[in-house]
Amino acid sequence: MGTFIIKRIMSIIPVFLLAALLTTGMIHLSPVDPAEAYLTAAHIEPTDEILAQKRHEFGLDQPFFMQYVNTIKKICQLDFGISYVSNKPVWDEVIHRIPATLQLALGSLFLAVLVSVPLGFFAGVKKNSAIDHFSRLLSFFGASIPSFWLGYILIFFFSVKMDLFPVEGIGTWQHLVLPSVTLALPLIAMYTRLLRTSILENLQEPYVLFARTRGIKEKTIMAKHILRIAISPMITGLGMNLGKLLTGTIIVETVFSWPGFGRYFIEAIFNRDIPIIQCYVLVAASLFILSNLMVDLIQMYIDPRISRKEGQQR
Amino acid sequence: MITSIRRILIGQKVIPICTIILGILFIITMLAPLIAPNDPIAVNLAYKLQPPSWEFPLGTDHLGRCNLSRLLFGGRISLGFAMLIFISSLTIGLIIGTFSGYKGGWVDQVLMRFCDGVMAFPSLILILGLVGIFGPGLQQVILALMLVQWVYYARMFRGMVLSLKEQNFIAAAKISGSSQWKIIKNHIIPNVLPPLVVMGTLEMGWAIMDISAMSFLGLGVQPPTPEWGAMIHEGKSYIRTNPELMLYPGLMIMLVIVTFNLLGEALSERYGVKRRS
Repeated sequence: MGTFIIKRIMSIIPVFLLAALLTTGMIHLSPVDPAEAYLTAAHIEPTDEILAQKRHEFGLDQPFFMQYVNTIKKICQLDFGISYVSNKPVWDEVIHRIPATLQLALGSLFLAVLVSVPLGFFAGVKKNSAIDHFSRLLSFFGASIPSFWLGYILIFFFSVKMDLFPVEGIGTWQHLVLPSVTLALPLIAMYTRLLRTSILENLQEPYVLFARTRGIKEKTIMAKHILRIAISPMITGLGMNLGKLLTGTIIVETVFSWPGFGRYFIEAIFNRDIPIIQCYVLVAASLFILSNLMVDLIQMYIDPRISRKEGQQR
Repeated sequence: MITSIRRILIGQKVIPICTIILGILFIITMLAPLIAPNDPIAVNLAYKLQPPSWEFPLGTDHLGRCNLSRLLFGGRISLGFAMLIFISSLTIGLIIGTFSGYKGGWVDQVLMRFCDGVMAFPSLILILGLVGIFGPGLQQVILALMLVQWVYYARMFRGMVLSLKEQNFIAAAKISGSSQWKIIKNHIIPNVLPPLVVMGTLEMGWAIMDISAMSFLGLGVQPPTPEWGAMIHEGKSYIRTNPELMLYPGLMIMLVIVTFNLLGEALSERYGVKRRS
């Protein structure tokens, strides 16, 4: 089990190196010269001399491999360069926007788990009951509604018509309700569906039959045996969908004027503030990689069969 | 009642009904220049925010433009470009995937590790990163979507080629002297088609969602060009007085995505294809 953990942790290194390579290569794909973009953003008249100086400052006159090595070095020191627009270090700008995004993401994740675990569980256990039909309808429409539109529909009904929640901004718990619901609905759709399918599959397994023949109460089998195994694909889904959650925050933050990292990233795209764009892609990729790692470790803890299987293979 | 809804939704009729709805939508949006009652980008401030009338069947927006015409022309962009992305990423994926699976060896290794790398990241973040570097605009969004999407097709086709290579019926066909073309036509295409159709149907829904999300963020279609996501973006300031401005395009997006998803699901059930979740 120990070696499996170490191997799994080592396996994220190449992915991380690839992410760094992509962000370094990105600048060279850009139709706009970063030095020029910087000068435009800072309202400085570009002359050949200043351009050359800036290019040297950014390290763009070095060979690509050296740029790559420098990028990795800087990333390890959390140095993402200086924002072209505000002229402050990118990391300082980003770090005080991350808590707002985290609040939103965790809020909706909590909501999604809170709704989808009981819903998916009962839908699977009582197949073709009313609750099952409801869950299927919800997971179908939840996956088909564009979240930017859903956000405005919620604003229209709950803020404009009923005046229950504020339209935009951050602060009290009321501010958190509509954005979290908007962000959570696609997740609820997906997790409910995953858990339902997984429970239906597990009901066919021999261990359920065995538990029944041993005379264990149906309720105990459902709650203690099936749920524990059936929840495993949902945890994988949780990790796999962190990316969806991240991109979801971009849209939801824009709809509800939520002062988070996602909205800052969109502003950066409009301002062609390249260091911030790079920083976002890297942070998002790292979060994604780390969450996948965590999911694997949690899964190993829940379902010991995984690490044993891995051990036999190697 | 629920069972009867279920029978209609999940039952045998889903595939023809969805195909007809999508067919009609496709035809009317492609014929938009012929059937739209008004010019979708003609600004006329004297007629701004009009209620529905004979001249403007769905009323007008904040610049006096005909909502119905804008919806029709907007669908042209969403559906047309989703189709373009689907076909082009499919073609790239088909060529690279088949080549990689057929060739094997280090070529296969290099290509597939690259695909793994791209698939290691959430696709929308890569798309946003690419748009961030190329700059906002519809062309850039389309390009970014294609650059990311082909990877999934390449993987699919490679897997198919690998498993088909091993199949006995292919070997049997070869031994019995079938021509290469006959093998492809009679044995390979019928095997490849069902998963491809399922994936393509679901992919179209996603592509439409992505294009409109990008336009909503202001990164895709630029005003005054009508597009459903961009129309929601423009209509959002009038949510208190004229909520229908963002209601109509949103309903259109939802109708199209729901239909594509229903169709994809029904097809995957019919052909027993596993969905990519």
